[in-house]
Formats: sequence, structure tokens, C-alpha cells
Amino acid sequence: MEQSQLMQYLPVLMLIVVAIGFAAGTLTISVFLGQSAKRTKAKDMAYECGANPIGENTPRFSIKFHLVAMLFILFDIEVVFLYPWAVVYRDMLADHATRNLILGSMISFMFILFAGYLYALKKKAFDWKN
Amino acid sequence: MDSLQNLIPETMLPDMMFYVFAGLTLGFGILVVANPFSRNPVTSAMFLVLAVISMAGLFVLLHAFFLAAVQVIVYAGAVMVLFLFVIMLLDIKDEQKRKIKKGFLLAGLLSVGTIAGLFIKGLHATRLDAHPSPTTEGDTALLGKLLFGQYVLPFEVVSVLLLVAMVGVILLSKKDLK
Repeated sequence: MEQSQLMQYLPVLMLIVVAIGFAAGTLTISVFLGQSAKRTKAKDMAYECGANPIGENTPRFSIKFHLVAMLFILFDIEVVFLYPWAVVYRDMLADHATRNLILGSMISFMFILFAGYLYALKKKAFDWKN
Repeated sequence: MDSLQNLIPETMLPDMMFYVFAGLTLGFGILVVANPFSRNPVTSAMFLVLAVISMAGLFVLLHAFFLAAVQVIVYAGAVMVLFLFVIMLLDIKDEQKRKIKKGFLLAGLLSVGTIAGLFIKGLHATRLDAHPSPTTEGDTALLGKLLFGQYVLPFEVVSVLLLVAMVGVILLSKKDLK
């Protein structure tokens, strides 16, 4: 009984092993069966339309990417709270004492975050033109 | 699945997996800070993802299933995005190979030795014949009942906190706000 819940994760482990095995195996086989080209300094250079590359090879990124990344993190944390909510939802809905609480708490949680989403839209946080 | 259970006794598999995941976590952790092949900070960040995912495996073995899911969603997903953006926005170059100074080496050995000493002392203080598997399950349902029952107000406050962060990041990174 105690081990059975852990055993449910065995397919996950198998999936990971197969996925890594497939990726690593394909790469290994291509090394053994394929031919490797000669590497020269000119070949390893970054390709910029045939001309010699100028400037930094790592350009600085626009702050717009940062905005999208931060908003992703915030909504990602929201998902973390949805997880246990979804697990207990049916149980607590069946219980008469908690049925209003379980629905109401998540609706108000979502509502407050939806206000933030509307703010982001209104302030054109996703507008990439300017 | 049945054939595998016949091959390895059911009780032995978690123990074996602990050593696999612990070894992977340590190995990837070393590759984060001291990768012999690459000094690129992006490579280090990618190995940190692998270290974090191996730690999620350790959490599963401790029956902390929710924590394992959060570890993958938040740490391997969101926090790593943050790390990568700091690397890309600040335009960090490949770290130069530095000479190891004697003073730094001494200070490092001293601090690591102190932490190791504390761990060993702590290990000696604990009774190792205690029950090897956790008696309380890291139950997601139990957590949900607490979160949406007793602690429903802090849960609502979290949404306000997230809203503040959302407004803050828009204010900071948009130049011409109307």
C-alpha cells in the first residue's frame, strides 16, 4: 500500500529513460555511422551572409522580452495554486460546509489576477510595434 | 511493469533510484559551477535545469508529489526563464579562466568544511534506525483542504501580491506609460 503510490510514477521514469535513450542513441549512432567534416577556423565562424562577422556575437535583448518573461512567471505561479485546488474541488463541493468557499475563493483569486491581465492589455504590454 | 517488478524487488527500487537521483543532482550541480568544457553562463543555467529536475525525482521518492510538480513547474520553468533573461539582458560574457588564489582557496575550504562539519554532527545526532520511509504522505489533497479552508485568506492575499508584481513589472519596463 505504501509503495503503491510511488509505483504510479514508474511509467514517468520509463518515459524519461526512453526519451533520453532515444535522443542520446540517435546522436551516438550518427557519430559512429556518419562521417565528420574537417573543422577549420573559417568554418566555425558565424555565418553572416558570407561576409566576416562584425561586432558582438551576443546581441543585447530588448526589455520587451523581459516583460513577457515576468508575466509568464506570475501566471505560472497561479497554475501552482490551481493544482491542489483541482485535486480537492470535487470533495469540497460535495461537502455542504465548504462548497461556497471552494468555488468563491478561486473565482476571486482569478478575478484579481484577471484585473492584472486587463491592466497589462490596457498598458499595451504585449504591443511589440513601438 | 509486471516483468520489471519480478526483476527487481519492489522495495529495492526506490532505494536504488535515490542513489541515481542523488548522484545526478550532485553531478549536474558540479557541472553548473565547474564545467570543464564550457565557461558559457547559458550552459551553466541549462545544467541547473537538469539538477533541479533530478531533485524533483528525489522529492517523488520522499512521497512529496506536489513539491515535485512545483519543483518542475516553478524552478525548472519559471525561475530558469528569469535566470536566462538576466544572463541575456545583462549581456554576460564567457567567464574568463581565473587563477586560483591561495586566500580564496583557504576561505572556500574553511566555509565548506564548516558546513560539512555541521552536517556530520547533525547526522550523528539523528537516530538512523528511525522509520526509513516517511509516515506522512506529501498529500496534495491534504494541502488543498488546508489552503482552501483554514488558510483561504492568505491564499487570496497571494493573488494581490501577484497583481502588485504584475503592475510593477509593467511600470518598470514600459518607457512611455500613458
